[in-house]
Amino acid sequence: MSATPRLSVRNIRKSFGAHEVLRGISLDAHDGDVISVLGASGSGKSTFLRCINMLESADDGDVIVSGEKITMKTTSQGRGAANRKQLDRIRTELGMVFQSFNLWSHMTILENIIEGPVHVQKRPRAECIAEAEALLEKVGIADRKDYYPAHLSGGQKQRAAIARSLAMKPKVILFDEPTSALDPELVGEVLRVMRDLAAEKMTMLVVTHEMGFARNVSNRVIFMRDGLIDCQGTPDDMFGGQGSPYFQQFIRHMETENDAA
Amino acid sequence: MEIIELLGFGAKGWGALILTGMLLTLCVTLASLAIGALVGGLIATAKLSNFWWLRVLGTTYTTIFRGVPELLIIYLIYFGGSNAVTAIGHAMGIEGFLGMPSFLAGALAVGLISAAYQAEVYRGAYRAIPRGEIEAAASIGMPPLRCVRRIILPQILRFAIPGLNNVWQLSLKDSALISVTGLAELMRTTQVAAGSTRQYFMFYIVGGLLYLVLTSFSERLFNSAERRSNKSMPRGMGQV
Repeated sequence: MSATPRLSVRNIRKSFGAHEVLRGISLDAHDGDVISVLGASGSGKSTFLRCINMLESADDGDVIVSGEKITMKTTSQGRGAANRKQLDRIRTELGMVFQSFNLWSHMTILENIIEGPVHVQKRPRAECIAEAEALLEKVGIADRKDYYPAHLSGGQKQRAAIARSLAMKPKVILFDEPTSALDPELVGEVLRVMRDLAAEKMTMLVVTHEMGFARNVSNRVIFMRDGLIDCQGTPDDMFGGQGSPYFQQFIRHMETENDAA
Repeated sequence: MEIIELLGFGAKGWGALILTGMLLTLCVTLASLAIGALVGGLIATAKLSNFWWLRVLGTTYTTIFRGVPELLIIYLIYFGGSNAVTAIGHAMGIEGFLGMPSFLAGALAVGLISAAYQAEVYRGAYRAIPRGEIEAAASIGMPPLRCVRRIILPQILRFAIPGLNNVWQLSLKDSALISVTGLAELMRTTQVAAGSTRQYFMFYIVGGLLYLVLTSFSERLFNSAERRSNKSMPRGMGQV
């Protein structure tokens, strides 16, 4: 644990207008960590994830990837990355999987996957295609490579999006509620791919409502409340009754929801 | 017999002139489409800008060019432009009235009008691109300009095809108004043929049919482009 963390986030703050969504969040993710970020909706967990790769720019705080800090500056337009080139380079190391997949709809699945490697990383096309085909095999949609995203199910789209992210060979992958937009029967196939990645020691930060994943796959659970980390720990501790009263209440609430559903 | 002679390619026939006029109509409309695409793209960018003064500029442009009669704009550019050319000529020591080339004036006038409509088409097309797809490009470290080229422009084009088809048809018909500048495009040639032979009925019908040939032929081109671009759309959205 003494090695440089793959991802280190220091004291992130973010307000939308007068509403302070993040009130100082810090975390370290080391090699192979799978961190589940839980919290009620509105607790700021998605915003936190988006601040890490600067889809939202935090008002304060730092993001450090493998020891390299994203340099920031403040202008009249607000705070943002000081060096676009550095930001783009670091973003290639931070994969992101979105709730709504966000595959490029004018490209086939294969084209989606090689887009980053070919047009951002400038690697040879033939090599990227071979890698993409292997990735599609791995996530179980090799037979869909020439389909357009619109012709896939949600679960297939999300698996394609994970493959697209993996094609960049990122150091960390950020998952923003990856199963929340899926029909219940399609959640399993996406979670299975994520579980395989965790087993391969991919470093992952997962904002999720899937209690099973948090409990059984991740090695750390973080519970956010009102823009702060309310409590965190190993899944055994957290689900074994050692989380804060708020967390206990949260998991009870989630369980009743699941029962009701 | 006389009709065939008048429409034929012989000494008394208008056939060659009318077909040349049709070609000129096609060329002037193509030129105005290109001018309109360039200016329209800039106006759409201005209207989508974060700077309020650019948005005001874009809105002013589309309000004026969509709100004023086409004919007035053609007069303005042809005669106004000719005045300017004459003034420049005087400054360079050339006496007398200098006309602005009517092809240029016509293409410019119809092009600037087309730009106002194309700007709205492009703006709507840009809005139709899901924000998330642009975020996905940013999240893999794609620089903004490359994102425009790889993600945004191809999709704008795809969403814009039906709207551009409309604008193209409007421009084809607007181009008939350029006949007032004396450019021998289809309308003007038809008019001259009708006037000098007194066969108004026949020549105007022939002219109308030739416009229909142009519009229906281009409609087919646009439709096939639309079909090709729709193969990535959800089922039931225009595939055949």
